[in-house]
Amino acid sequence: MAERGAWAAAAMLALACHAAPAAAPAPAAGGAPADPALEKRVMRLSEELRCLVCQNQTIADSNADLAVDLRNQVREQLRQGKSEDDVRRFMVARYGDFVLYRPPLKAATLLLWFGPPALLAVGLAVLFVTLRRRRALAGADEEGGLVEDDDPAAAALGSDAARRA
Amino acid sequence: MNRLLIPAAVFAVIAVFLGVGLTLNPREVPSPLIGKPVPAFSLPTMDTPVRTLTARDLAGRAWVLNVFASWCAPCREEHPLIVDLVRRTPVPVYGLNYKDRAEDARNWLARFGNPYQAVLVDADGRAGIDFGVYGVPETFVIDRAGVVRYKKVGPLTREIIDAKILPLLKELDG
Repeated sequence: MAERGAWAAAAMLALACHAAPAAAPAPAAGGAPADPALEKRVMRLSEELRCLVCQNQTIADSNADLAVDLRNQVREQLRQGKSEDDVRRFMVARYGDFVLYRPPLKAATLLLWFGPPALLAVGLAVLFVTLRRRRALAGADEEGGLVEDDDPAAAALGSDAARRA
Repeated sequence: MNRLLIPAAVFAVIAVFLGVGLTLNPREVPSPLIGKPVPAFSLPTMDTPVRTLTARDLAGRAWVLNVFASWCAPCREEHPLIVDLVRRTPVPVYGLNYKDRAEDARNWLARFGNPYQAVLVDADGRAGIDFGVYGVPETFVIDRAGVVRYKKVGPLTREIIDAKILPLLKELDG
């Protein structure tokens, strides 16, 4: 049912994935084990794994067929004594890094990890330089000489501010 | 002049990023299997009597694996292309019947044609997980050394078969 939705219309897909949002962890399809500690580990790990049919849900949240199968895989492997990392590796070997909600830090994901902080830093730098320049202009002659012009972006913004001032 | 330069540059950069983003298909997750050995499997076939096929049985020549199911509507759309494909290449095409009922699959093949060299039965979807299947139909091309060379998630189209699959099969079966 869920797979069918996946390749049909996007609306169908959304419906299939949201049909039964698992507020409480959905029990195993084939005979739920009565082991709360294990279930807890299964759910914790499932929350880090992406349901590739729904893409923006974890396999803990999704009741798509594949998500149920993958949860059962997670449960089975943990029960066999495999570690969380073993299960993660199992999933990545089959579905790629995309299956992880916490992507690994490597060359291909540098931008993903450091892009937002870098943008924030640039924004703060521009803001800082602009404010400094504005204050320098307001303070007129005595502080004007302190402003450095080595950042073209800041200089541009500064001259913009200057024109408006 | 300066006043416009910066916003224009920022706009251009954002436009390029968003433009590229629009052309990407988020459903096309790069398969980690490409360039790796085909996952080991040992599956019953749909023949009578039932045989068991393993990855090793298929080694030695290139082959195609087409994952399908009778409940999968896009598979039905794709199916005539598979029927046509086997006429255009000597490379064997195997089917992987994914999470299906045997009877449904049999009826489906009887109705729409059975182009497969053999149909592997993956009733519980375990082999599918090993192949990283998440959207049926899926198609894999495996070379004679048993390495996965190509994977397509979703139905094949005539363009893909003409531009990618057939040239690749020719190269691999050469």
